Amino acid sequence: MSIEIRFKIERGEFVLDVDMEIPSRGITAVFGPSGCGKTTLLRAIAGLEPCDKGYLRVGEMQWQDGASFVPPHKRPLGYVFQEASLFAHLNVRRNLEYGIKRVPASQRRVSLNKAIELLGIGPLLEHTAGQLSGGERQRVAIARALAVSPGILLMDEPLAALDQARKQEILPYLESLHDELDIPLIYVSHSQDEVARLADHLVLLEAGQVRATGPIGEMLTRLDLPLAYGNDAEALIEAVVAGHDDEYDLTLLDFSGGQFTVSRHDLPVGHPVRVRVIARDVSLTLEQQSGTSILNIFPATIEEITPAGNAQVMVKLMSGDVTLLARVTRKSASILDLKPGKLVYAQAKSVALLS
Amino acid sequence: MLNDADLAAIAITLKLAGTTTLILLLLGTPFAWWLAHTRWRYKFMLEALVALPLVLPPTVLGFYLLVALGPQGPVGGLLERLGGQPLVFTFTGLVIGSVLYSMPFVVQPLQSAFSSIGPRPMEVAATLRASPLDRFFTVAVPLARSGFLTAAVLGFAHTVGEFGVVLMIGGNIPGQTQVLSIAIYDHVEVLEYGHAHWLSGGLLLTSFLMLMSVYALNRRFSLVRP
Repeated sequence: MSIEIRFKIERGEFVLDVDMEIPSRGITAVFGPSGCGKTTLLRAIAGLEPCDKGYLRVGEMQWQDGASFVPPHKRPLGYVFQEASLFAHLNVRRNLEYGIKRVPASQRRVSLNKAIELLGIGPLLEHTAGQLSGGERQRVAIARALAVSPGILLMDEPLAALDQARKQEILPYLESLHDELDIPLIYVSHSQDEVARLADHLVLLEAGQVRATGPIGEMLTRLDLPLAYGNDAEALIEAVVAGHDDEYDLTLLDFSGGQFTVSRHDLPVGHPVRVRVIARDVSLTLEQQSGTSILNIFPATIEEITPAGNAQVMVKLMSGDVTLLARVTRKSASILDLKPGKLVYAQAKSVALLS
Repeated sequence: MLNDADLAAIAITLKLAGTTTLILLLLGTPFAWWLAHTRWRYKFMLEALVALPLVLPPTVLGFYLLVALGPQGPVGGLLERLGGQPLVFTFTGLVIGSVLYSMPFVVQPLQSAFSSIGPRPMEVAATLRASPLDRFFTVAVPLARSGFLTAAVLGFAHTVGEFGVVLMIGGNIPGQTQVLSIAIYDHVEVLEYGHAHWLSGGLLLTSFLMLMSVYALNRRFSLVRP
């Protein structure tokens, strides 16, 4: 099952020309700078953006084929806009009920209570939109979209209008959606941090065109894409909790290239986690260092080296079947004679647990 | 104080204003919605046409209506050929005149209320499975309620206050087409200042109360938008 999307939308100078197939499971992030057409693409998927040149199939449902077009209210989707856009004339409870009332009972799979519980908005039900904080409003909007039991959830930068603290308030709820509900989610964002935390799959959009699509871990470490050259260039590694070190308050995480040691997180053994290793925090040595304070050291093979600016290079490494990125100076690369195929030791100064 | 003719004039005025307001809300709502959302490049011409009664002397509108609705006019003539009665000097004629004359007072507040809602709430409702008509009644109308209130009260009050148009096409027939404003004029003409005072004072007070209620309710209705 997949989602097949072909759109050609012209708006004056701007042209969105998209032809892609994405998985109909998990979270697909549509990522790109402002103005690249992310929102237009999402609106076209919802049927909110008029477009007579297009084809759209979501799983088994064909929503558009040229001019034959299923109107938005007949598409079983949930949409979260950048601003919460709660109905000002209804309180929170009636905002939530608005959609549910219009879904036949036989098609309700997410109960109102489940949506309320997932987003933690129980105490807010009798409030009006005006009495809520920005973060609370957005949580209500997400619950409202979930409560119609959508076959697919579309989110347009739901955190962009919020400050850092509110973002941190909502991200855990979004992560729990991923874990608790089997609803595919298309998540539009220009924040690499959000994408790294949430997405399974990434669509990189540039000036109305799809530059590349693929699994998030692979996309972030592809040296032919701009993602690997930002200040936050990073590798994501799926690992599982292997155990805890009670003496030093540490948690051990297994992955195919070895074991990470991170500060203690109270998670059960066997719990899957996503780990982020930032490229600028990784240094390379030719022999395994002893007498270093760094705990996370792994043998790795160099796959590819490309210039990153004038003074630095980006080194793509394989450790087990996991890809890592290391940003080192061009001078170091020359002294160590780094080249593809060479065996090195990657030392990660810091490793962050994302979920 | 008030004689039978005065009471009849009050009743006719209320009936005329009520009928006119009802018709204007029914016709004006879809029209205002269309004006608020169309991208038709010539819509400004229709907007100007709707606004004309705001600046035109009522006698001008009344004159053209008299010509059009009279037995020799295009509308009146057609009606007569179809076996009907001409509409001048009838209550129906008054209603037609009032609908045109009060149209801007209903259409403009509705159009601006619909415009100020913006497209977003309707889009949200669409993603929550509401059909176009459903979301119009459950989202657009409640969000535009202050516009509806303003439109209804202004349309009603303005119709109560009209003079020129009804004089031209109504013919001032007591008990049939004589409305309050004309009854006052008649009293003054024959120096019955007592009657004129009662009617004028009543009209002044009622109009003031109606407008005050609009402004008071609009303040209460002002909604916090997300």
